[in-house]
Amino acid sequence: MFELYFPILLLLGLAVVLALALMLLSRYLGPHRPNKPKLMPYESGMDPYGQAKDRYSVSFFLVAVEFIVFDLEVVFIYPWAVTYRDLGPESFWSMMVFITILLLGLIYTLKKGTLDWDSKPQTASAAQK
Amino acid sequence: MSNDSISDKLQPKFQKEHQLAYYKALEDKHTTIDLEHDPLGTRMILNMGPQHPATHGVLRVLTELNGEKIVKNKLDIGYLHRGVEKIAENKTYQEFMPYTDRMDYLSPYSNNVALCTAVEKIAGIEVPERAQYIRMVGAELARISSHLLWLGTMVMDAGAISFFIWTFRERERIYDIFDDFAGHRFTVSHSRIGGVASDLTPEALEKIRVFIAQFPDEIRDWKKLLNRNRIFIDRNKDVGTITYEEAIALGMSGANIRATGIAYDIRKVEPYLKYAEMDFEVPTRLEGDNLARYFVRMEEMSESVKIIEQCLARMQKGPIRVDNAKKSYPSKDEVYYSMEGLIHDFMMTDTGVCPPAGVECYHAVEAPKGELGYYIQSDGTGHPWRLKVKSPSFSNLQGLETILDGQMLADTVVVIGGIDPVMGEADK
Amino acid sequence: MELFTPELIKSILVMLGATLGFLLPSAAVVVYAERRVAAFIQNRVGPNRVGPFGLLQPFADVLKLIMKEDVTPTQGNRMLHTLAPLVPVVTALMTVAVIPFGDGLVVANLNVGVLYLLAVASLSVYGVTMAGWASNSKYSLLGGLRSAAQMVSYELPMGMAVASVALLASSLSVVDVVNAQAMWWFIFLNPIGAVIFIVASFAEANRTPFDLVEAEQELVGGFHTEYSSMKFGMFFLAEYMHVVIASMLISTFFFGGYHLPFAPLWLPELSPFLKGVLDIHVFLAKTVFWIFVFIWVRWTIPRFKFDQLMRLGWSRLLPLSIVNFMVIAIVLYLIG
Repeated sequence: MFELYFPILLLLGLAVVLALALMLLSRYLGPHRPNKPKLMPYESGMDPYGQAKDRYSVSFFLVAVEFIVFDLEVVFIYPWAVTYRDLGPESFWSMMVFITILLLGLIYTLKKGTLDWDSKPQTASAAQK
Repeated sequence: MSNDSISDKLQPKFQKEHQLAYYKALEDKHTTIDLEHDPLGTRMILNMGPQHPATHGVLRVLTELNGEKIVKNKLDIGYLHRGVEKIAENKTYQEFMPYTDRMDYLSPYSNNVALCTAVEKIAGIEVPERAQYIRMVGAELARISSHLLWLGTMVMDAGAISFFIWTFRERERIYDIFDDFAGHRFTVSHSRIGGVASDLTPEALEKIRVFIAQFPDEIRDWKKLLNRNRIFIDRNKDVGTITYEEAIALGMSGANIRATGIAYDIRKVEPYLKYAEMDFEVPTRLEGDNLARYFVRMEEMSESVKIIEQCLARMQKGPIRVDNAKKSYPSKDEVYYSMEGLIHDFMMTDTGVCPPAGVECYHAVEAPKGELGYYIQSDGTGHPWRLKVKSPSFSNLQGLETILDGQMLADTVVVIGGIDPVMGEADK
Repeated sequence: MELFTPELIKSILVMLGATLGFLLPSAAVVVYAERRVAAFIQNRVGPNRVGPFGLLQPFADVLKLIMKEDVTPTQGNRMLHTLAPLVPVVTALMTVAVIPFGDGLVVANLNVGVLYLLAVASLSVYGVTMAGWASNSKYSLLGGLRSAAQMVSYELPMGMAVASVALLASSLSVVDVVNAQAMWWFIFLNPIGAVIFIVASFAEANRTPFDLVEAEQELVGGFHTEYSSMKFGMFFLAEYMHVVIASMLISTFFFGGYHLPFAPLWLPELSPFLKGVLDIHVFLAKTVFWIFVFIWVRWTIPRFKFDQLMRLGWSRLLPLSIVNFMVIAIVLYLIG
């Protein structure tokens, strides 16, 4: 097992060293003359109003939650996809039912308006539609 | 929010009062879209411009964002203010012309024509027929050139970068034409009060003929690429919609109002030059969105080609300036070979055309961006007592603020591209 | 030591060849190719001054970037701001580990290579989101959030499309996937999956029409607005490496990897060395073709809007990919 993954570990080391080296190169070769306006965040030439770190509305939050659910379900599918031919009809049909439920769930959330965050917040106004 | 909380978040270094007042104005603005309360304070206030790649110069849009959606916005214009109207009061009418080139710098010829026709109206000058046709050719070429830039930048703002270069290749040909026929590529200053500076040279005429023969093919190619392009249509359809009532109330003009269904084109409504004789259509659309503006301007380019064709066909040989030394420059032949000519040339440069005292007039032309009007008050000298420019970009920008409320952030650039403002003209 | 078996030495050689000999230079070549192809599309000449035909242009670019000042905004998070550019480059270099360049020419033939690819490739989004957040610039933040949204929308269709490949190959090892295509490329067996995968690859590589992470028209520079010098260069490099990798993945999963079309029917038996050389060239040719498609698309079509992108991912591609997976599973089950 370890032998199999050892090259990948080596590759990781190589990649990190390579990337760091390139970045450090510029740190030592480039000039370093900071001043206040230069270190200010860019906002089209105006002084920034407030901080970008302030609380910010992520409108696709619901979609992101949905993503986690679906991503996990997709992970279930992988091992089955490789071995289902040996597992017999019972496994096959149960997986089909599982995927159908997955699909129905997706269609349900789409119809419910998870993607309509653009037009209205998903509160009372979405229910009125 | 009070002034205090604004200055908590911002300590402007210059233009302090303006900055604070501006953020306050955004805070207090009422919008047409229904606002939900913002209990978590998640709205972000973002400056787009003046130093931004897609705001067509130095337009500043102050936006309040909820996610990527613009809740409200406020335009800040005036970063390119040069006091052109005040400068005009200290110049003769002819001397002022190069300044008009630099207002809508994308279609200088239309600006020259607008100033000349206004001065000719107030001073009662009849322009020879050939000069009128030459002006029309120039103005229509300028319209095509301006619309080409609009097309390139608007499609580039939507993400297709190559388009800009393709339209610029065609603009380059128009520059070459102007080079031959006006002596300048960009800021032409070719029109003169009482006529035009020089006649069309045979080379320029040939180049124009070639251009109008080939240009329709280019338009056809572009339409092929865009009219059925799903992404392009998705980006533009139902984006930046404005109703015709709003458009009228805000004083929008040009292609922006024609896209809402109002066939308001000064070339038809109140013809100047020889437009009354021309056979051309005023393209309109009903939707009022960005796609409608696209279709309207594309058709306008084809109509301009038609107008140029007709002008070339009808153009007769004849004088290109009024033969009246009090009203127009004498020809160079006269200046070089006769004493009177030289004196008249000096007089024209020194005093210029003197409209009657106490007279005022407004004259508008259909510039590529919309209604471009010059209002002149005369005190009887060669300088205008007051000169006011009604610039189409300025009035179209008034509509932009209404349009942008409720759009996505990515739409702003496309909508700004679709409204097609030129800041040189809006800020004057 | 027991560890350094001939196997390992071979895989280290392949690794060095794939990263230092192939991926890094290929990023430079793709930068050059992009500028030349873009110039061709736009009726221009493109870079032609630095070196013969401007071939040294990318090196001049990198040299310039290295000599530039490295600016870290004071209000940002210095730590994350510095770490962020490393992530996309490292993940890009990591993906080559399981891609077979030829018969037996693979760094590590993992039995879960496909999962490894998906896992590592989707890590690069962290770099972008981190960069967006750590800069403390609003434009960067918006770009970073967009990249998260993009990942959320396209990871799933891509995963389902790859799952349908795993169905056909009956294995999660990339080498097995390629060998299963010796006769029939999966593009013929699974065309819908191929289209979905290609679209999702464009999205994963942040290329037009899905480049709204760095949409310069509205977001100025997007997530890398606040980056300069080689830190920006890392993102720049990573973008092109991801283009190369996406092209390699498309060729590997759907266009037969290093196999010529229907090779068993007509290709004569070759010596291992000849076969190796041929394999690498076939694979590179396919990769180059897809890189060209990436460039071609970038310079031709407009970009999507944020909500349109998510709608396309969730309401079109995802249901389609699930149905596609089911159809393939049922057909394969019925055939036997």
